[in-house]
Amino acid sequence: MAETQFTLKTGLAEMLKGGVIMDVTTADQAKIAEDAGAVAVMALERVPADIRAQGGIARMADPTKIREIMEAVSIPVMAKARIGHFAEAQILQALGVDYVDESEVLTPADEAHHIDKFAFCVPFVCGARNLGEALRRIAEGAAMIRTKGEAGSGNVVEAVRHMRAVQGSMRKLTILGDEELMAAAKDHEAPYELVKMVAQTGKLPVPNFAAGGVATPSDASLMMQLGAESVFVGSGIFKSGDPQRRAHAIVQATTHYLDADLLARVSEDLGEAMVGIDISRLDDSELLQTRGW
Amino acid sequence: MTCVGLLALQGDFAAHEKVLGELGAESKPVKKPADLAGVQGLIIPGGESTTLLKLMAPVAMRPALEQFHAQGRPIFGTCAGLILLAQETLPPQESLGFIDIVARRNAYGRQIDSFLALGTPLTDDLSAEPLEMVFIRAPKIAQINPGVTPLAECRGEVVLARQGGVLVSSFHPELTQDRRVHQYFLKMLAAG
Repeated sequence: MAETQFTLKTGLAEMLKGGVIMDVTTADQAKIAEDAGAVAVMALERVPADIRAQGGIARMADPTKIREIMEAVSIPVMAKARIGHFAEAQILQALGVDYVDESEVLTPADEAHHIDKFAFCVPFVCGARNLGEALRRIAEGAAMIRTKGEAGSGNVVEAVRHMRAVQGSMRKLTILGDEELMAAAKDHEAPYELVKMVAQTGKLPVPNFAAGGVATPSDASLMMQLGAESVFVGSGIFKSGDPQRRAHAIVQATTHYLDADLLARVSEDLGEAMVGIDISRLDDSELLQTRGW
Repeated sequence: MTCVGLLALQGDFAAHEKVLGELGAESKPVKKPADLAGVQGLIIPGGESTTLLKLMAPVAMRPALEQFHAQGRPIFGTCAGLILLAQETLPPQESLGFIDIVARRNAYGRQIDSFLALGTPLTDDLSAEPLEMVFIRAPKIAQINPGVTPLAECRGEVVLARQGGVLVSSFHPELTQDRRVHQYFLKMLAAG
């Protein structure tokens, strides 16, 4: 039974590979995303850039909004729940969303524990900054991992850092001797069985996507070349000058991420990109990526 | 040596690549029409059919696939691939029309309704043993027109069908350990 659930949950993530998942706050935005070729949409109340600017407690979106978005498009609809807020996740499952993002972009509801994701039929995606965090989330039942990056920053540097950390750690595990794996598990603060599995295969047992700060077609290409299997774009599209055009360009760039000629073509004349933030100028307390344990 | 093309615009083409590798068949990703050169058959994987259409248009994949099909080279579509290959889809969207079926998208419901079940082969070429099938937000074959042969069923629905060189499944044989459907497709290639 557990194996069946795992196949079905990771199965949908397999279908999303090579695609772009776009943050949307209204049914109209969801339609624009779908028409541009988004492989799924993420329904939320405010995009991360607005959460950052406006402050306050960020929660699960209003079910009315989520329903409207689900009715507007035929592609999968994801929605965010607060870290540890299993009641929000239960509501999202009852609404029939296709994936739940237990997300650091929302204000955490529990500062010690994440949701027991095995208790749900709906699959979960979780953010991670390094391999240990990724494996802890997988041990809790996450069926997809994404980098955290720094959401709403329009700055890809943190997503790059997190993807490199995960990929680099995995490569290192593959050259360790069996007797070294327990110490590695201790260092990564990750379950031994999962560390052993990664040491054997060199990859996560679930799909590994990129998120947090992706704003341009070249950002998408960069993350794909670093080993991401799909790309989430949050504020980058609907906080830009021409969302339609930019969404289309990022979709093309994610598929043809190695084709620099095509990337040059789709990057042309996209209008204003979202205004970015230099992460080093952010106070530690303003970082979203440090949420999660 | 047989080489199977994998339409690699979006979706689970890597899962198909792994299966073909296990069966000793060579494969290569197809992102542009030129990539179809030198492949004897093509797999259109699972993914999102609306996304695949948006990615096919800018590289003019449709005319290339029409030519590929006209040359009699076999094509196998799983899930989204079935939708793209169908004559007609519900709700209506563009499709290639290489197999005379009507495909109803997301006919089983949302992800929460995705399931794994044992299906029944309808041809000796697959052997009579039940076949494990994974359905992910799957389409249904709402109508089968003359000329199309049902090859397997599950829960009262035809889930695997063939017309000439075109094979379609509403489930994902690439996500289970049973290799019979891919073996069947490789035999179609060998026969062609």
